[in-house]
Amino acid sequence: MREWVVPLVLFAGLAAAPFAGFGEGYALTLLARTMILGMAAVGLALLVGGAGLVSLGHAATLGVGAYAVVVLDANGITDATTVLPVAIAAAALFALATGAISLRTSGVHFIMITLAFGQMAFFTASSLAAYGGDDGYTLFSRTEVAGTRLLEDRLAFHYVCLGLLGLTYLFCRAALAARFGRVLRAARENALRVRAVGLDPYPYRLLAYVLAGAIGGLAGVLLANAAEFVAPSYLSWQRSGELLFMVILGGLGSLHGAILGALAYVLLEEWLSHLTEHWRMIFGPLLILSVLFFRGGLAGLLAPRQRR
Amino acid sequence: MSPELLLVQALNGLQFGILLFLVAAGLTLVFGVMDFINLAHGVQYMLGAYFGASLAAATGSFWLGLLLALPAALLAGLVLEFLVFRHLYDRDHLAQVLATFGVILFLNEGVKLVWGAAPLQMPIPALLEGGVALMPGLQYPIYRLGIIGAGLATALLLWFLVDRTRAGMLVRAGATNPEMVSALGVDIRRLFTLVFGFGAMLAGFAGVMAAPILSVEPGMGDTPLILAFVVIVIGGIGSIRGAFVAALLVGLIDTLGRAAMPDLMRLFLAPSPARQAGAAIASMLVYILMAAFLAFRPAGLFPVRTG
Repeated sequence: MREWVVPLVLFAGLAAAPFAGFGEGYALTLLARTMILGMAAVGLALLVGGAGLVSLGHAATLGVGAYAVVVLDANGITDATTVLPVAIAAAALFALATGAISLRTSGVHFIMITLAFGQMAFFTASSLAAYGGDDGYTLFSRTEVAGTRLLEDRLAFHYVCLGLLGLTYLFCRAALAARFGRVLRAARENALRVRAVGLDPYPYRLLAYVLAGAIGGLAGVLLANAAEFVAPSYLSWQRSGELLFMVILGGLGSLHGAILGALAYVLLEEWLSHLTEHWRMIFGPLLILSVLFFRGGLAGLLAPRQRR
Repeated sequence: MSPELLLVQALNGLQFGILLFLVAAGLTLVFGVMDFINLAHGVQYMLGAYFGASLAAATGSFWLGLLLALPAALLAGLVLEFLVFRHLYDRDHLAQVLATFGVILFLNEGVKLVWGAAPLQMPIPALLEGGVALMPGLQYPIYRLGIIGAGLATALLLWFLVDRTRAGMLVRAGATNPEMVSALGVDIRRLFTLVFGFGAMLAGFAGVMAAPILSVEPGMGDTPLILAFVVIVIGGIGSIRGAFVAALLVGLIDTLGRAAMPDLMRLFLAPSPARQAGAAIASMLVYILMAAFLAFRPAGLFPVRTG
């Protein structure tokens, strides 16, 4: 029961936030961005924390989802019943194709090959002149839900993001608790032993990679809707690095850590950029210090005795 | 594409490859000897360019600027090693990636604070100004030939240091089996500091050389960094020879690909989509090559590390 306390408080806090001083347009936009990045980070945490696979190309799956919205938007299709499945399927397919090759490698080679695929996706996006190329693409409108402009309303969008984040979290948590998750964790600790008991880690890892990709695609759809704008910078390797940082900042031991990490990241970025134009000069050293001295992450801080 | 253009692009590719080699050489040794992923190696290149440009402007001489920028880059590398990297050797790759990513954020912003966001210019030295006629009616800038020459000379020097000196022997041994070298009584940390400082200086050298032909601006090290990773993966992690061959390969493929791909695509597509698809595929070529190597020959062209 105790391991539900922090996530419950976290979600309750996000649900109450619009009525607790964060109800203005700007604060809501910021919170939506946090929850969307948090969703992508939860998917990545499944991969990094659960399966021990460090991907430096996760932003590409967000990009595939976001660009699916763009392509459909340019063709006049803006209904969620089409947009969501297409975007998620596209991101999952991208993950399946790149994961099938990437997972032949391990360790540092895996980091490098996911980086390579991420860069390929980035350059593809930059070359899509019909969809803005380097300059990006401004959506005609947000995605419609069953013919209504539900997402135009900031408060409604807030709760849609929160609901989908909650579902993502529960889904990933269930996946990690199931046999699937146990095999993943066992393979992370010792792949040789997993093979020795007759299980091949490859299909499990591939499924984890595809799941993380599909979640990234969903987050991409929401991100495109939040900004009503999509640009190749969504797929940059720096963005992948930021997502990894959110996961680590939150703590590898738990999935809600990724949401905490995203929250801390976005709020810190926001706060520091108000303090000074050169906020990255403070942010960079904070990142280094958190890696050097803050090994358990935020979730570890909140639940020091929680077992992994 | 005409033969003249092909020649010019091949020389451009060679020159780009040489610069990549200078960046990748330090990276591959650091990676090979200490198993340390240093994303911040690209900022060494950027710092070199900034040091070179500002010192050249201060002294009024390209050559003095170059000469002073090298120890400055070396010092910057050693300071970073002492402050940050030293504490990361025992950590996993994930921690190394993130902490060195933090260094990139800090220094990209730091140069903006010190030198401003506007690009700096570094003049080409009078000695290397102008062009040389490769063929009747075909001029090629002497400065770019100078880069190729300087890079080849550095590669030769590096080969001598790594292949013919005692320190080089230890570095090679360290890249192959660090535990064994350490067990034989070599202070591998000190060896690494040496390698690290030297690698930082090489990247800085590449930065100074590139400064007159590129704009010196924050973030200019990010692209060479990623390409240097491509180079060391293709060449084999820890191998200087591999880095050299792979750097030239990547430089040539990238440059020639960008020049030739749009034309090549026109064989299959209408002109406008051909240009787009060509540009996209050209940018991707080296990453496709790297992914292919990782998937089918992960040890690279010249494998170094043993089991």
